[in-house]
Amino acid sequence: MSKTGNIEQDGVIKEALSNAMFRVELENGHVIVAHISGKMRMHYIRILPGDKVKVEMSPYDLSKGRISFRYKT
Amino acid sequence: MGKAVSILSDAEIGLVRESSLLVGRTLAAVAERIRAGVTTAELDELAEQFIRDHGALPGFKGLYDCPSTLLISVNEAVVHGLPGTRELRDGDIASIDCGVLMNGFYGDSAYTFCVGEVAGETRELLRVTQECLALGIEQAVVGNRVGDIGHAIQSHAEKHGYGVVRELTGHGVGRKLHEGPEVPNFGRRGHGPKLQEGMALAIEPMINMGSKEARQLDDGWTVVTLDGKPSAHFEHTVAVRKGKAEVLSTFSYIEDVLKKKGELARA
Repeated sequence: MSKTGNIEQDGVIKEALSNAMFRVELENGHVIVAHISGKMRMHYIRILPGDKVKVEMSPYDLSKGRISFRYKT
Repeated sequence: MGKAVSILSDAEIGLVRESSLLVGRTLAAVAERIRAGVTTAELDELAEQFIRDHGALPGFKGLYDCPSTLLISVNEAVVHGLPGTRELRDGDIASIDCGVLMNGFYGDSAYTFCVGEVAGETRELLRVTQECLALGIEQAVVGNRVGDIGHAIQSHAEKHGYGVVRELTGHGVGRKLHEGPEVPNFGRRGHGPKLQEGMALAIEPMINMGSKEARQLDDGWTVVTLDGKPSAHFEHTVAVRKGKAEVLSTFSYIEDVLKKKGELARA
């Protein structure tokens, strides 16, 4: 039986919400709410609207994600 | 997130091998019954009886509320099709996934069968998917990373213009059916967890004739291709070793049956 893995997608930050949450527009057009990953928090990596990021999403809830990487533009 | 990775002793790998071989024999017994007109439920009952007669338990039934022993995915179904009243038709392909729990360890394997006369380009998809599996297994050696397996599968499939499903992956196998690491069928060389001696992996390329996108049906199980084109699935459980992986499951029983039925393309 295959395992449903975490889906990784790229997206662009649309706006910053409170509590380190961000509205992200994914490559496929969906807009989701994602939070910054602990690792990025730990290293004080700032995310601003317009940044391109990698988002990890659970197949069990496709409206929430975790921002795991910020691409250098 | 992320399940634990088990490193198994040689004895434990032996038990995974026993379970995996039983899966191979079960699929062979199922292969004998495959013909136009047979229902997927009949095949499922046959498999369950076969497994229990051998003193083992169906690996999937009851897990994540799975209602059946086999997962039978016909044509545009990628994986996780549920057995039921559906009759197989001439020209169908059916990928049948089976798991066994015996002596505390799991085995997991899958094969895509042809029913009657199947279109040439579909048979080509099956042939390439099986090659993808072999190429992935070649990478499952000590010193490599999980991404090497996925890269090998992905590049071979995409070379033929096929789509590699992203949302479902292979997995570690041991005392639980699904363990770490996840083994995607796509990836980048040199990325991902390191492969170590004693890891048991289920490598299962799921390759679509058309595009890679897939969606789940309302039954909460069956995954189908978005464009409706067929999808093939082959799976082996392998043990990571130095130099060359040890394939624990087998298609030899299946292929003996297919040869007898005159269905195997190779002599």
